[in-house]
Amino acid sequence: MLEARKKHAKFLFLFIFPAFIVYTVFMLLPILNSMKYSLYTGEGLIPDQFVGLDNYIRLFTEERYYTKFWNAFRNNIKFFVIVTIVQNVLGFFMAVLVTRSFKGSGFIRKLSFLPTTLSVLVVGYIFKLILNPYYGVFDKFLGLIGFESLILPWLGDPRTALFVVAIAVSWQFFGESVLFYTSGIDGISKSIMEAARIDGANIWQEIYHIILPSVLPIVGIVTILIFIGDFTQFDIIFAMTGTRGDPNYSTDLFGSLFYRTAFSSSERGGWGTGMGAAVATMMFVVVTIGVGAFLTFFTKKREALEK
Amino acid sequence: MMNMKRSISKTFLYLAMVLYSLTILVPLFVMMMTSFKTNAEIFNNPFGLPTSFNVDAYVDLFVVSNYGKYFLNSFGVTILSLALAVTMSALAAYAISKYKFKYNRAIYIYFVVGLVVPIKLGTIDIMITMLRLSLFDTLWALIIVYIAMAIPLSVFVLYDYIRMVPEELSSAARIDGCSEPGIFARIIVPLIKPGLAAAGIISFIPNWNEFWFPLVLIKSRENYTIPLATGQLFGQFDTKLNLVFAVLSLASIPVIVIYLLLSNYFVKGLSAGAVKG
Repeated sequence: MLEARKKHAKFLFLFIFPAFIVYTVFMLLPILNSMKYSLYTGEGLIPDQFVGLDNYIRLFTEERYYTKFWNAFRNNIKFFVIVTIVQNVLGFFMAVLVTRSFKGSGFIRKLSFLPTTLSVLVVGYIFKLILNPYYGVFDKFLGLIGFESLILPWLGDPRTALFVVAIAVSWQFFGESVLFYTSGIDGISKSIMEAARIDGANIWQEIYHIILPSVLPIVGIVTILIFIGDFTQFDIIFAMTGTRGDPNYSTDLFGSLFYRTAFSSSERGGWGTGMGAAVATMMFVVVTIGVGAFLTFFTKKREALEK
Repeated sequence: MMNMKRSISKTFLYLAMVLYSLTILVPLFVMMMTSFKTNAEIFNNPFGLPTSFNVDAYVDLFVVSNYGKYFLNSFGVTILSLALAVTMSALAAYAISKYKFKYNRAIYIYFVVGLVVPIKLGTIDIMITMLRLSLFDTLWALIIVYIAMAIPLSVFVLYDYIRMVPEELSSAARIDGCSEPGIFARIIVPLIKPGLAAAGIISFIPNWNEFWFPLVLIKSRENYTIPLATGQLFGQFDTKLNLVFAVLSLASIPVIVIYLLLSNYFVKGLSAGAVKG
């Protein structure tokens, strides 16, 4: 490595500066500045009147605000739990299957990542169309195989809508977890696997004693990425149930709440930019606490396994 | 007994794989097939193939709805932002990995933190900044935000590629009187081409599909990108179902084609990131 003395300091600065400035001004600082705007209120787009913690106090004491906030929080937790189970648990077992040697495994690996490349918006619309009660293929298919009783207004019923939306997201990003777990399993040395098989380990023992400990860091990464993605998810709600999280806010997530409150006019559910900034700040707090908790949990698990 | 057991598990394996493939392919197949049907066919024969390949929907979108312009916007924004992001990231990664100074590690971590920062939560400030810079409702606003979004992953990927370049090459060039930018351009860049390609390709998908920032930052129809056009026009075609499906197909076909052509890069790049963590 080249010692960066005075002669090279100029280049050091020149090389790092462009990336540093764009990244700082348009990615990291905006989050801090948005927190600042949460202390302001105003009629126009730019909140200019300092009100201290007033936005937060109103957010948690006025019914019209806190009912929506806690509702979105609860929905988001349910949404995250469903997506995590599908992507982590099912994704893990799918990766175990995909990494067995069989004809066509390369094709499956390639195919599984395909939905992840589509836009979330498109996936949402595809599912919405397929589930449409009038011309959707899904209900017609149920009728065809004699399950008329299962034909439901999937996205129109508050009891099923959130579940359906979570399944659509899981469908899209399932392949990403499969890819991550697959590469983790591929990284386990062949000799360890063979030794276990010679010792007569069955598939469950193999999973529990060899595969799971080796991919635990990946479980951590996948879970944290899902957590961040889900607690800021917006596109799927926009596409499938609209920015109000229909029916009756049963699919309203933090992402759609934030969009509505910060960027919609007050007739369409907007709360003003300052209040929107307070919502964004609370989301940031939730995401940070969540990521911190998962990091601690997975680091401890890993240490316990390494002992 | 053992053989019996093995054949059952192979059957199970193949059954699982066929089912899995179908759940991926059927929705995409339905989307594309339906775009070629007429409305009557969609209602009367939802599972069948279209009786004739009816491309009216696509003609409509390009002629009436200005889809050519939206594609151009999307391509311009995507390519320009990726090119700039990769260039800036390569320069930064080069400085961090090849010069020794006090804050190498700190600056590297500073950049990589962006991998887990939800930039969406800073949207209010980004919008206000764009208003102040008079970039609101221009494609430049998107380009700048997408550069910022692509930097963390690009620095992360390129840092490793650049570290692998042997020090002797740069030292020799330096003795021959080559300038520092010259070393970067003539020695480092040619050797890290695969890394530059990987960084660009991995960021391509999120960038091409991005919907949130156009929704907030773009108002004029002539500045729509493909995702924004999809989101804004979708509802207007309520009664023309083939148009609805054609809009979705048009938004997906470019990424599907690019993924199929370059899938090895995606898979390698992403799994490397996962394993390293």
